[in-house]
Amino acid sequence: MGKRRVAIVGAGMTKFVRRAQETGKELAYEAAKMALDSCELTLKDVDCVSLGTAPDAFDGVHMKGEYLSDGAGGWRKPIMRPYVGGGTGVFTAIHGWLQVTSGLFDICLVVAEEKMSSCYPHPAGAFLTIFDHTTEQPLKPNLIWIFALEMRRYMETYGISHRDIALVSVKNKKNAMDHPCAQIPQEITVDDVLNSEVLADPVHLLDISPTSDGAAALVLASEHIAKKITDKPVWLDGVGWNIDTAYWATRDLCYPRYVEKAARMAYEMAGIKEPHKEIQVAEPYDPFDYKELHHMEGLLLCGKGEAPRLTAEGVTARDGNLPICPSGGLLGVGNPIAASGVMKICEIFWQLREEAGKRQVPGKPKVGLAQAWGDLMQVGTVVVMRR
Amino acid sequence: MNNKKLNFKGTALRSSDIKEKKVLTTSWKPSLQYAWDDGVAIGRYLKELKNGKIIARKCKKCGRIMIPPRMFCELCFRPTDEWVYVKDTGIINTFSISYVHWDARRIKEGEKPFIPAVIEIDGASEGMGILHVLGEVDPEDVKSGMRVKAVWKSPEERIGAITDIKYFKPIIER
Ligand SMILES: [Zn+2]
Repeated sequence: MGKRRVAIVGAGMTKFVRRAQETGKELAYEAAKMALDSCELTLKDVDCVSLGTAPDAFDGVHMKGEYLSDGAGGWRKPIMRPYVGGGTGVFTAIHGWLQVTSGLFDICLVVAEEKMSSCYPHPAGAFLTIFDHTTEQPLKPNLIWIFALEMRRYMETYGISHRDIALVSVKNKKNAMDHPCAQIPQEITVDDVLNSEVLADPVHLLDISPTSDGAAALVLASEHIAKKITDKPVWLDGVGWNIDTAYWATRDLCYPRYVEKAARMAYEMAGIKEPHKEIQVAEPYDPFDYKELHHMEGLLLCGKGEAPRLTAEGVTARDGNLPICPSGGLLGVGNPIAASGVMKICEIFWQLREEAGKRQVPGKPKVGLAQAWGDLMQVGTVVVMRR
Repeated sequence: MNNKKLNFKGTALRSSDIKEKKVLTTSWKPSLQYAWDDGVAIGRYLKELKNGKIIARKCKKCGRIMIPPRMFCELCFRPTDEWVYVKDTGIINTFSISYVHWDARRIKEGEKPFIPAVIEIDGASEGMGILHVLGEVDPEDVKSGMRVKAVWKSPEERIGAITDIKYFKPIIER
């Protein structure tokens, strides 16, 4: 297909916090600068910029891409802003990959930023307009509704209990205790999750990731350039993305087929035949605890309905056979929408380079995966990474 | 390079920083309004709701009877062929009991929770559901698989909107 191999050579991120003093532009700058510094490049070396940021409604800034561009290193450069809601973070890295693999550019700076705190009284209100304006919005839906509807469908289809699911929240918030950027690192129990406030049954407060401000960035380079920049490139060997129908109530919510399609695309490109054996560390998207399980299944890391058992058996713990969300995930590190997808790629980058410090998974993993998810329960974005 | 040496930036604020004006903010409350046109397929759907009926659209190629109706079939990518009235009854596919409003405000003490549900409509193709809410039922009595029927506003009250159906209520089987 004439694709050029693309590596990640640098990564950076800000702390994820409920409300940051920094503007979105300043957050974007801090993450971008850190990523460039980490591989000893300057903005002069950057050929193009892929900028990811999710709904403009959070910031109340129209044309947020243009607003952020100076902070993202876009000054007088070819810059583009891809967008697929919550899937935007990983999608932005895929977009950067496209620009380099095509031969158009050699070095791409990938920056993702989100500042949700600007929206008052709660950013949840900004989600109303993702629902169909004529057939759904008049019912005044809260975003959590669709998660609750999907979570129940998942539980009832496979006979999964809330207790099984809560283990994910316990695991990820604990993993986050070792992440210096984490917003809600916590040591909690399954009972804490089950006894937390019921928002939209079966979803309780501690089943959900927080709203956050933050940014994350990557530096991508073509093969010949990457090898000059670092002796530890992490290759983006497979990418995949896919979207399902926006008539979300007309498909079976128990299984994310669109994630499977995105994963199969990425696995085929990366030459992965048996993902459950070949993927050694993964960061599936976990805005809600059940979503980690849902996504493990969609990513073919286990069979349908099997992810809770693997979690209960400790397989997905940081020292288990298949560590899942060793970063602490969105549930522990935080969820500044677009930035959280790039945070996941940063984590796999650090894990494969054995630079994850206290979060380092054992066994010197060679192959990892990051995935994001979003829009109206309908998009999957996946990258397979190799050292 | 070790993670310990990495210097992560970002300054967390507390609510008190804002209250005590340690950090200055500029705020704006927009008063934007939108009027969304109904479209060809949903336009007919709304007109039928005003008549107290639910209408779907059929694609002869894949055979699907689709609700909400659409003028094109997204699977076959061709025009749909005919209008089909479906029933105002269905089956609960999944549901939630919600204690939060759309903007994350909690419901008031003593106020009844919302019960949003995906309802598979009788007469539409299998699995074709719509989002609506349930009523005339205690939250603890709701079960997936339950049969429900639309409770309509009176003809005078109906305006051609999804809310012309007040809610769906369980069908008591005798
Ligand atoms: Zn068709």
